[in-house]
Amino acid sequence: MALLEIEGLHVEVGGKPILKGIDLSIEPGEVHAIMGPNGSGKSTLSYVLAGRDGYEVTAGSIRFDGHDLLEMAADERAVAGIFLAFQYPVELPGVTGMTFLKEAVNARRKAEGEGDIDAMAFLKMVRAKAKTLSITDEMLKRAVNVGFSGGEKKRNEILHMAVLEPKLCVLDETDSGLDIDALKIVSDGVNALRDPGRSMLVITHYQRLLDHIEPDKVHVLAGGQIRRTGGKELALELERNGYADFVEAA
Amino acid sequence: MAATADTVRQVEDVTGGAYKYGFVTDIEADVAPLGLDESTIHFISAKKEEPAWLLEWRLKAFQQWKRMVEPEWAKVNYQRIDYQGIHYYSAPKQKDGPKSLDEVDPELLKTYEKLGIPLREQELLAGVVAVDAVFDSVSVATTYKKELEKKGIVFCSISEAVREHPELVRRYLGSVVPVADNYFACLNSAVFTDGSFVYIPKGVRCPMELSTYFRINAQNTGQFERTLIIADEGSYVSYLEGCTAPQRDENQLHAAVVELVTLDDAQIKYSTVQNWYPGDENGKGGIYNFVTKRGACRGKRSKISWTQVETGSAITWKYPSCILQGDDSVGEFYSVAITNNAQQADTGTKMIHIGRNTRSTIVSKGISAGRADNTYRGLVRISKKADGARNYTQCDSLLIGDKCGAHTVPYIESKNPTARVEHEATTSKISEDQLFYCLSRGLTQEQAVSLIVNGFCKEVMKELPMEFAVEAQKLIGISLEGSVG
Repeated sequence: MALLEIEGLHVEVGGKPILKGIDLSIEPGEVHAIMGPNGSGKSTLSYVLAGRDGYEVTAGSIRFDGHDLLEMAADERAVAGIFLAFQYPVELPGVTGMTFLKEAVNARRKAEGEGDIDAMAFLKMVRAKAKTLSITDEMLKRAVNVGFSGGEKKRNEILHMAVLEPKLCVLDETDSGLDIDALKIVSDGVNALRDPGRSMLVITHYQRLLDHIEPDKVHVLAGGQIRRTGGKELALELERNGYADFVEAA
Repeated sequence: MAATADTVRQVEDVTGGAYKYGFVTDIEADVAPLGLDESTIHFISAKKEEPAWLLEWRLKAFQQWKRMVEPEWAKVNYQRIDYQGIHYYSAPKQKDGPKSLDEVDPELLKTYEKLGIPLREQELLAGVVAVDAVFDSVSVATTYKKELEKKGIVFCSISEAVREHPELVRRYLGSVVPVADNYFACLNSAVFTDGSFVYIPKGVRCPMELSTYFRINAQNTGQFERTLIIADEGSYVSYLEGCTAPQRDENQLHAAVVELVTLDDAQIKYSTVQNWYPGDENGKGGIYNFVTKRGACRGKRSKISWTQVETGSAITWKYPSCILQGDDSVGEFYSVAITNNAQQADTGTKMIHIGRNTRSTIVSKGISAGRADNTYRGLVRISKKADGARNYTQCDSLLIGDKCGAHTVPYIESKNPTARVEHEATTSKISEDQLFYCLSRGLTQEQAVSLIVNGFCKEVMKELPMEFAVEAQKLIGISLEGSVG
């Protein structure tokens, strides 16, 4: 059974149709990439999956791991195993990275009927994962995303992902604003999380991220619909020809 | 064994053992007749078996109060208080209280539970049991008291201090907040019922946080509480006032006075968590809190630090202040004021720089939610002789929702050209982005608000003593429940 099953999804934002009939099925362990021009509805899809307010589903369904996703609030989806790595991670002044992650981990444990995580075990686990992403202790003590560089913010998103161990990772333009070195660190972090039980939906504008995170399938999203689906070679084709064909078709 | 005997003695003190001092009063009633006139003050003074000087002091205050007018400059709206509709004295007994926790408002109990307050303490706070009945279980209090006595520290009720240390009380009472300082302080001077007294001798560092919880006689001090803390040369004390749990309270008007005095090189750290009943969603039934708190840094290099977390009361009118008389003395004010629903808070501080090289820091965090109004009102005054005085003020306001208000009213008066005064102010809102970011990590709406607000208040929270800080953090979340979504 597919981990994520989207059927005939129509979404409006402020009364304006953005997604116009999306069908998408992701099996456990698969990595799918969604590519498309600006304004095609890529970020809308990620927000709808994460359950953000203001995105109105007018038709269609989303099933996730046996749940009717559209019946669930954003926090319920998160504890059920959906994770969104933000294109623009949000600053939380005064809230340290450690505090934030601990609250998040405990929220999940609570949903699973477990008690709070042992403080020492948590510290050890986070430090170990942070190290692989070149995140220093000093960074973990700072307020979440406050004063972080673009690269630091994206690395921090991947750290959240690594710590929370979600079933479905949605990465929204994680490569934007990254230089080559940072892209490598982030991609390595993502690849380390590839697992037969975990699926990923990688949303990107450019092909270069897919050099590092190799997708099983690539979908082209344009004008609120998936125009084409193929293997990883489709990304290379797009890199060569651009999105012009799809934009005109839309 | 000794501790038990001690407890028994102290319980006697509370429950009427005071009669052994030989004073006789012909008034047997437990409650003063309704209203306020000279006879009420005679009644209170007689009930408390006070010396003549204190009765005189009270009567003088009452004469002045009668000529004063209730202030209207604060940004708070409330129905006129009927000062003749109040009982100004009632004996510390709770005959009409609930018989068991089953009779207590379940909402209140839910809050206690969230704060993790032990059952015995819940009963005390909810008024199920009188404080004297709890003494035996709080043997830790008597142990502490012994340790304090060894160091020569006086920590008792102000009534007891009037009897046992009249010279100290006479010397300092009203010396920081003069009798006719303001309408509410003047009223307090006339009718105050009880409160705390602390004296730290020269060179002594108080070995523990002093809190009213550990002080016998502390409960039922009623609506006109009076606190006096004196730190003699080179001494240090940290004092905790209040409780994170909402206390059952029948009195609507509270007009307390707190006076602090530090001599050379002495330090007082005064922390408050105020969580009185804020009233229902429309503010009905909440406490009016009109309190005057002021500290005098009389000595050189002395320091007074106020930290407050104000989440309760329908109306808060409160400006803990520092008079920096001694050269190189330091005043600090760290404040978190949260208003939700129909609450109104007008709070801030006054830093009066008189001595040379005096320094003050003000960090105020105001949070408004619901239809609440939150005002920071502060004065920084640098007098002519205060060479090299420095002040740093930071006022941040956080709005939750779009029906609440935040106001900042800073007054700065500088008469010395060498002074440096800085003021920074910001106003922000909890953004949709921040909330969604937290939700997307699995936090509930309420956890998210609590986390963001605690982050916003961090600079103040870290000034609180450890055991207070943990509870205060939870309290912030509870105060803002239902404020979003």
